[in-house]
Amino acid sequence: MTLHAITVLGHDRPGIIAETTGRLAALGLNLEDSTMTLLRGHFAMMLICAGDASQGEIAAELAPLEADGTLTVTVREVPEERAASAGGSSWVLTVHGGDRPGIVSSVVSRVAEVGGNITDLTTRLAGELYLLVAEIDLPADVDAAALEGSIRAAAAELGVGATLRPAEADEL
Amino acid sequence: MSEERDRDGLGARRPRDPAVASRANDPALSDPQADSRVATWTEAELGVEGRVRDVVRAPAGVLSERGADVDATTPESVQLAADLVATMRVSPGCVGLAANQVGVGVRMFCVDVSQHPKTRTHHGTFVLCNAEVVEASRNEKAREGCMSVPDFTGDVKRATRLRVRGQLPGTGEWVEVATDAFEARAVQHEIDHTDGLLFLDRVAGAHAIFPRTTYL
Repeated sequence: MTLHAITVLGHDRPGIIAETTGRLAALGLNLEDSTMTLLRGHFAMMLICAGDASQGEIAAELAPLEADGTLTVTVREVPEERAASAGGSSWVLTVHGGDRPGIVSSVVSRVAEVGGNITDLTTRLAGELYLLVAEIDLPADVDAAALEGSIRAAAAELGVGATLRPAEADEL
Repeated sequence: MSEERDRDGLGARRPRDPAVASRANDPALSDPQADSRVATWTEAELGVEGRVRDVVRAPAGVLSERGADVDATTPESVQLAADLVATMRVSPGCVGLAANQVGVGVRMFCVDVSQHPKTRTHHGTFVLCNAEVVEASRNEKAREGCMSVPDFTGDVKRATRLRVRGQLPGTGEWVEVATDAFEARAVQHEIDHTDGLLFLDRVAGAHAIFPRTTYL
């Protein structure tokens, strides 16, 4: 059994997911993790599937999706990855303010400096308002208050605001 | 999940059977003493030793079916109540447990949030049978985890003001609990279990479910 990473990008219309997953099911492939969203109106889907079909067989099965030239499909075999076990803490970073170049790169570089790992990230632009929301895992030895100070300083230089708040779940 | 249960100020749901309907005439309802009765209740009243049971995990079918209404006065119910409390006590961080979570498809749960930092009002340890939400308002979103869904957490909106009614195990007397904050969240999470709902059924959106990074 092998894993394949598949991306489908392009012009949005109803039925893309139904067709894509139908074709994968026809090959006997199991969808493992997948995510899909619209980026500036463009359809964008990424998924990992598991099964016995080869990369070539999957690409051939999905080729009709590209027939009208509005969608691009990629298929690539990938190794098994195990999520690094944490022992650290989880945080949600929110940044918003007036749009200008470099907001994402300067803020997330502060996270990278301390070994923080971004596990989920969304950015959106609406008119002049730029918004970034990220899920971050911090190693146990990171001083979160210091990191928040560093992020706020980076954000302030760009004239935007940033907050870092804990994302710990309550056990019920 | 029904839409109206998510709204603020929802009313009591329609009784399903004559036994449930009869509670409408029960003098204990809407009585503040019924609430303090819950606060003073402890599992010692059950008079039996609780046994620790195995906790089942999704996708077990029993988690996704509404439990049967239960006779709170039978020896089996009293033992189950004691077992739920005993199992909650030995589970790290656990503040509530429903009967479906130990594989028994009846509407019963226990709660004890007395040691949790987010608690405001609390009623110590209590077990309720056939519990229903009477009033719920002031929704807030927070991230929840569940012993029966160990690999995910999710953002869920819950009422922070809550009134519920249910029966105490053993005596079967009807009581009401009025609470807020974290106890309100825990009680709603457990009543959802008795209705066959997991927090997964209530997540705030497609990107509101997260792989768990910290295990207790």
